[in-house]
Amino acid sequence: MKNRILAAAVVLWFSFPLWGQQASPPDLAAQNAALEQRMRELEDRVIALEGKLRILESAPAAPAQPTQPGAAVEAGAAAPAATVPAAVPAPPPTEAAVSVATPAGQLPVYGGSSAAAKALNPDVSVIGDFIGAAGGNTAPTLATLHPFPSLEMHESEIGLQAIIDPYARGDFFMSFGETGVNVEEGYITFTALPGGLVAKVGKMRSVFGKVNMMHNHVLPWVDRPLVTTNLVGGEDGIDDAGFSIERILPAPKGIFLEATGQVLRGDSADVFKASSRSDVSTVAHLRGYTDITESTNLDLGLSYARGHNDATLPLSTVTGDFLTQLYGADATLRWKPLRRSIYHSFVGRGEFIWSQRQQFPREQRAFGFYASGDYQFGRRWFAGGRYDRSSRSRFDNLTDQGAAATLTYWPSEFSQLRGEYRRTHYAENRDSNEFFMQLIFSLGAHGAHPF
Amino acid sequence: MNKMPARHRFLSLAAVSLLFALLPTTVSAKKLNVVTATTDMAALAQEVGGDRIDVESIAKGYQDPHFVEAKPSFLLKLRHADLLVVVGLQLEIGWLPPLITQSGNPRIQVGAAGYLDASQFAEILEIPTGVVTRAMGDVHPLGNPHYWLDPDNGRRVARGIAGKLAEIDPADQAYFEQRFQDFDKRLTAAEQKWDAEMAPYRGRKLVTYHNSFTNFGKHFHLEVIGYVEPRPGIPPTPTHTIDLIGLMKRENCKLVLVEPYFDLKTPNSIGAATGAKVLVYLPSVGGEKQVTNYFELFDYDINLLKQAFQ
Repeated sequence: MKNRILAAAVVLWFSFPLWGQQASPPDLAAQNAALEQRMRELEDRVIALEGKLRILESAPAAPAQPTQPGAAVEAGAAAPAATVPAAVPAPPPTEAAVSVATPAGQLPVYGGSSAAAKALNPDVSVIGDFIGAAGGNTAPTLATLHPFPSLEMHESEIGLQAIIDPYARGDFFMSFGETGVNVEEGYITFTALPGGLVAKVGKMRSVFGKVNMMHNHVLPWVDRPLVTTNLVGGEDGIDDAGFSIERILPAPKGIFLEATGQVLRGDSADVFKASSRSDVSTVAHLRGYTDITESTNLDLGLSYARGHNDATLPLSTVTGDFLTQLYGADATLRWKPLRRSIYHSFVGRGEFIWSQRQQFPREQRAFGFYASGDYQFGRRWFAGGRYDRSSRSRFDNLTDQGAAATLTYWPSEFSQLRGEYRRTHYAENRDSNEFFMQLIFSLGAHGAHPF
Repeated sequence: MNKMPARHRFLSLAAVSLLFALLPTTVSAKKLNVVTATTDMAALAQEVGGDRIDVESIAKGYQDPHFVEAKPSFLLKLRHADLLVVVGLQLEIGWLPPLITQSGNPRIQVGAAGYLDASQFAEILEIPTGVVTRAMGDVHPLGNPHYWLDPDNGRRVARGIAGKLAEIDPADQAYFEQRFQDFDKRLTAAEQKWDAEMAPYRGRKLVTYHNSFTNFGKHFHLEVIGYVEPRPGIPPTPTHTIDLIGLMKRENCKLVLVEPYFDLKTPNSIGAATGAKVLVYLPSVGGEKQVTNYFELFDYDINLLKQAFQ
């Protein structure tokens, strides 16, 4: 009996584990849930790893400097630290990111033949601007307006843009025209300065007014207004080498106020001419902006530019004694209903510019303005009109007038077909009527321009 | 009038300087300023950030996130931001980069500690594998950026944002972690409800205007058979519309979903030709006034689909 009790106890003892293994239905459900949870966690880890890989593959140049203090590598910095089950070790730097130690006097070698090296290449874009012109325009000798030829590959703009390092980005825009190549803009922007300052160094379109800053392909017209042509250097405009500092200023709530100051070499088209190192030009701009409603906003600007011009005294070739000062005021009213922003919009613009140009025998005080409106009436369609009036900077008694009407069609976001009728009445009492047809097409990743 | 002695002036200056030096410590409990590109990222950040953050979105929920204007007023938000959360995958490429550059805020520059690309946490679908060209339309070379419309991705992104917030504000790490755990629980419960509600409609076919429904469709087992746009970002063409009508008739597809920022003219003509219902669905929080958080977004869309399929 004793033995039987003992045997029963042993059997019972060993059957406990078996009993434990034969799970009842609720336990099975719990096990399944745990398994599912584990699978979900594993799936999340795989997705997190995929994400890191994606970020690394598409990373701009900024993260490629792991040795610099303060250079927060996005992929690493963005790791969901506390909650992701396992941290992923940082990958070794790519071949392109390694600067090879070289003997003194030799440049380090960057880049390589690996595909990863291309990830650090700048964004490259090309924008073609083809213009066809018809009608007559025999510009008077003293006019500053240069008519377009019948057919012209007006400009091919190559953009190279990238983040340089954790503290700056670089933008280059090379303009290939029919007469040669020009660095339209090429500058470094320091984005990590203290005090909310943003600085640029290089060659840049100055912040004088609105149109001067615009590249050809973002203009709402084929040409530029008469006031730009007569007083601010036309297509080339105030575009010069130097440096620029801007800062957002304190302002009442809801108002954006920004001040920009620029010091440039002083050579800009036929506006400024530097004959010595001290002949630098300066540009100042104050911008105020407010959202009137969710759909409507008002953008106001005041500009000032000062520099030496190319005027000379009679029987002299020495320049630099005469100054040109420009004063500008601009206003832009925009309307774009957010729910239908891709279908309808309106932009009304106006710029008023006063020029004081010292020259022999007397200072010329010219004034000009344009007013324009552009309405988007479909996802691909825009119509616009512009009125121009401007005297000439060297001959303030000669005032030209003009008007233009445009119709624009976008086959896609990356190409644009525009027709423009332009009528110009020159001060010499000569009229011209012209039709332009422009085709703009964009290749590659062209960065968005400032608003 | 007696002039203040030089020594006193020095002491006064020192006292004022000391006061200013101490000032930041007295306001150390300030909230983190979080700016997001879209309302969905803002909703997820709010879930995990709670009352320790002030969050604001640049784009509105009823606005096409591809085409936001880079207004200077957004710079006023960005210049004070401690964290910028972007959807990524080039969704904001047309408007956000100049804002970041112009903000004068080193904290949120790409690669800095306060810049967070949320796409790295999410499961990304439709990553092109072959050659990518613009002949495909406004295709996103890094994959479909509308990933937040899968609640599992919402959970992953929320976890990622919680991690980033803890990194910026380590003192509140436990708080953000607890907020995430709470969100996770509520989302899991809601997901079970949504899955059950959508279970009867597994495999149903539909058409959307833009390719923004992929993640939603995958999660709830719905089949998107075509798009009103012939290619992403390319407006409808007559040829494509006729082809789509033919496809919908062959596949017996009876639903066209349209994002709130697209015109209803072409979808309505497709609906008239095929007998399909045309409904405006919400791809983002804030698409309608009553949809104020991530849960309400799915509640709204699932109710819409249930009514459409019944």
